[in-house]
Amino acid sequence: MNGDSPVLEVADLVKHFHAGGRLSGGASVVHAVDGVSFSIGKGELLGLVGESGSGKSTVANCVMRLVEPTAGTVRLQGVDITHLSARRLRPLRREMHMVFQDPYSSLNPRMTCGDIVGEPLRLHRLARGRRLDAQVADLFNRVGLRPELRYRYPHELSGGQRQRVGLARALSVGPSLLIADEPVSALDVSVQAAILNLLRDLQDDLGFSCLFITHDLATVEFICDRVAVMYLGQIIEVAPRAQLFSEPKHPYTQALLSAAVVPDPDLQRTRRAVVLEGDIPSPLDPPSGCRFRTRCPLEPESAPRSHEEEPPLRHVGGGHWVACHLVGPGGRAPRLLEPEAVEAQG
Amino acid sequence: MSYVEVAPLVTPRARRRRLLLRRFVRRPFAVLGLVVALAFVVSAILAPVVAPANPDATDFNALLAHPSSEHLLGTDELGRDILSRIIWGARASIQAGVLATLLAMVIAVPIGLVAGYYRGWLDPVISRFTDVLLAFPFLIVAVGLAAILGPSLLNATIALGVGAAPGLIRIARGEALALREEDYVRAAVANGAGGPTILARHILPNMMNTLIVQATVTIPAAIIGEATLSFLGLGVQPPTPSWGVMLSAAQPYISDAPRLALYPGLAVVCCTLSFNLLGDGLRDVLDPRTQR
Amino acid sequence: MPEPLLRVDDLSVRFESDEGAVHAVDGLSFALEPGQVLGLVGESGCGKSVSSMALLRLLPPTAVISGSARFQGVDLLQMPVRRLRQIRGREIAFVFQEPMTSLNPSFTVGRQIGEVLSRHLSLSRGEARERTVDLLRLVRIPAPERRIREYPHQLSGGMRQRVMIAMAVACGPKILIADEPTTALDVTIQAGILSLMRDLRERLGTAIVLITHNLGVVADIADRVIVMYAGRKAEEADVRELFRHPQHPYTIGLLGAVPRPVESGDSRQRLQEIPGRVPSMAELPGHCAFAPRCPRADELTRSEIPPLREIRPDHLVACFHPGSDGRA
Repeated sequence: MNGDSPVLEVADLVKHFHAGGRLSGGASVVHAVDGVSFSIGKGELLGLVGESGSGKSTVANCVMRLVEPTAGTVRLQGVDITHLSARRLRPLRREMHMVFQDPYSSLNPRMTCGDIVGEPLRLHRLARGRRLDAQVADLFNRVGLRPELRYRYPHELSGGQRQRVGLARALSVGPSLLIADEPVSALDVSVQAAILNLLRDLQDDLGFSCLFITHDLATVEFICDRVAVMYLGQIIEVAPRAQLFSEPKHPYTQALLSAAVVPDPDLQRTRRAVVLEGDIPSPLDPPSGCRFRTRCPLEPESAPRSHEEEPPLRHVGGGHWVACHLVGPGGRAPRLLEPEAVEAQG
Repeated sequence: MSYVEVAPLVTPRARRRRLLLRRFVRRPFAVLGLVVALAFVVSAILAPVVAPANPDATDFNALLAHPSSEHLLGTDELGRDILSRIIWGARASIQAGVLATLLAMVIAVPIGLVAGYYRGWLDPVISRFTDVLLAFPFLIVAVGLAAILGPSLLNATIALGVGAAPGLIRIARGEALALREEDYVRAAVANGAGGPTILARHILPNMMNTLIVQATVTIPAAIIGEATLSFLGLGVQPPTPSWGVMLSAAQPYISDAPRLALYPGLAVVCCTLSFNLLGDGLRDVLDPRTQR
Repeated sequence: MPEPLLRVDDLSVRFESDEGAVHAVDGLSFALEPGQVLGLVGESGCGKSVSSMALLRLLPPTAVISGSARFQGVDLLQMPVRRLRQIRGREIAFVFQEPMTSLNPSFTVGRQIGEVLSRHLSLSRGEARERTVDLLRLVRIPAPERRIREYPHQLSGGMRQRVMIAMAVACGPKILIADEPTTALDVTIQAGILSLMRDLRERLGTAIVLITHNLGVVADIADRVIVMYAGRKAEEADVRELFRHPQHPYTIGLLGAVPRPVESGDSRQRLQEIPGRVPSMAELPGHCAFAPRCPRADELTRSEIPPLREIRPDHLVACFHPGSDGRA
């Protein structure tokens, strides 16, 4: 983004899971992530969008080193953490943390909220006793919770309050990277708004970078600086937010944007959605060549190349990258819908 | 930064405890189980005080006497007061039951935790080994071990504890397996917490409910186990009173004085049933999904 | 005025629980016309699912239901169970949220749809099979002849939901109650299901009660909208009227809380937050349920329950201080 080196650099990340144990002769491989590359600059919020099977959560788990990547590299603040041992990794874990989707399982029901938030500080030996308590109280304030709540147990708090606790825990040691895996999907709409506002305010205050994973496009448009769209384990388009929404180039992105419902009846009923045929293919057996070809309305045009060759992610100008055979070098992209309908999306 | 939380809390902790208590009280069988089990435990502990007579005191003038005001349950073949022997016998049974269960827990929980949490190559090895042990009925294993170790209450307790362990290993492993997928465990890993820390702080405390319920269900099995071992001569040795010993000694007198077998038999049934009811009740109460 | 297809009057549902009575629904009334799509909108705990399940008496025995629900003139809540069973699945059908758990994993798709057909329409085996294939084609499942032999786990989430819908419309019901039918589905799949539901309404004339928390879905398909809060109706209007002129501060807050496509200019808009939390259902407040969170709250709203009034033509609001003066 700017001259500073990126906080996170992911290159050619691959993660395959083995389905079926050795005893049952299972040689089936789940291609959860198959060659993903991106970077996040300082203070930047990158949105990672995809539907089920896209691999976005697996990317998060790989970056957090909760699982070990099958191939590729993950560099955090310039350090290659891809295959570091647990011991070598521990000091670096201060730099990245995660907020989870489910407010009910992300907090240990047997610990008080204060203990939960203070655990990272304690584990990294950054504070103890009275000082720890003061820092925890301060963190509670920051996320909009009364400090007295730190003596309560998670089941005494609402979903929205629990997500705030999760945020406080994640930010307690001042990480430079926060990964938010669907942080508001399980919350009610009115509470979502509060958490999203909070997240943005905190980012303005503390300046951390953020990888925001979601399936909800409206949220992405609200909060992200740049957006990457994933399909079946690969990134198929990356662009600055405004550009992605005004000029989506990949047919899948266009279909995805057109399928989103907008809370405005006049607008929503004049929109035409591109309805994709068929289901998302299974990651056990992704299509050859371009993985989207089985559902792409433009497949007749892109065949036979799309059956044989995987389209590379190419830069087409202005920080906009696309992986599609039908997108020309200058960025000319095929339109699935008439331009007027696309403009009406706003 | 403004405070956006205006509404009061959902459920204060004290209210939750009262809620659990109320749920328990609503279950008459569970309460009955608790009361009876407690009665057995208390009388076992206070046996010297509670027993009306010395359990070893023989009275050759009153052999096989019927129940009377002096001997509420009558006397046995050596003139000893049956009621007192039952009360003292409770000592052996409860002791064996509780200590054997504790021993089983101490063995099983760490093994199960390691197998369920770390998995790797250790898990299949432990699982298969446990499966083999589970193929033998619990009592057979206990009898075999007791025979090897030699007859005494202590050895019987050890044998029962070891015999009960495989079942508990499987349960502990299952819990650990489920709990390691929880997000708060992933968060702890992301914090850089090591395996032992996670097991101690995050996994074990959340297994406690299940373990408590399992304990209350294992105790009756161990009590019956002790009675069986003593009956076979592998546990408590006569003249020390134990329900199993009493049952064994009652065999020749079955047709003449069936009460010699009836009373200790009833004691075994009531004691184990009470623990079972208590365990069932606890399980229902602690499970957030049950309605009432 | 002709009798509406479904007329619900003063429906209240109370659950007896460990903590005392939980009032899930309080005095809900509405009418549904043939072929109409009614959106029942609210967040978790507002009573939308409970009220629709109450109509068909699908709630557990701890539920105490009062009020009336007249379907074609006859009260569903008072009907003998035998007669109610004839209506369930045939005249009024239900589609649940989780297609994963709503279909029986042990039976093929064809068998499950066939079961519905044979119970209500007494078709022969061959006729049922033919009709099943037709139904699967109606819900746009490709290769239906093959699908009827498949088990639920072999189908994707979107397909399973289509099967659920096929089961629901199998007997040509007059009302389809869909409880969060697309919440568990991906965006692109959701678009397909909504398009299908619109299509079914056109072709079969089925009225739909659509329960959802997603305002976009409502904007897409509903004719009329009821906004529920804490078991009570907060606002009711035609869909365009509601979105253009929301009157209740809760509705306004909800609309403001949803991120919208960015209008040119201010990209750093703040989403509207509604402070506080949905109230506990254990105590039925004797005043406006929304008052603790409402920017327009005052003495009046904290002491009395606001009655439902017609503020604008055919637009009902239960509020002492309604008005869409921009942001609340």
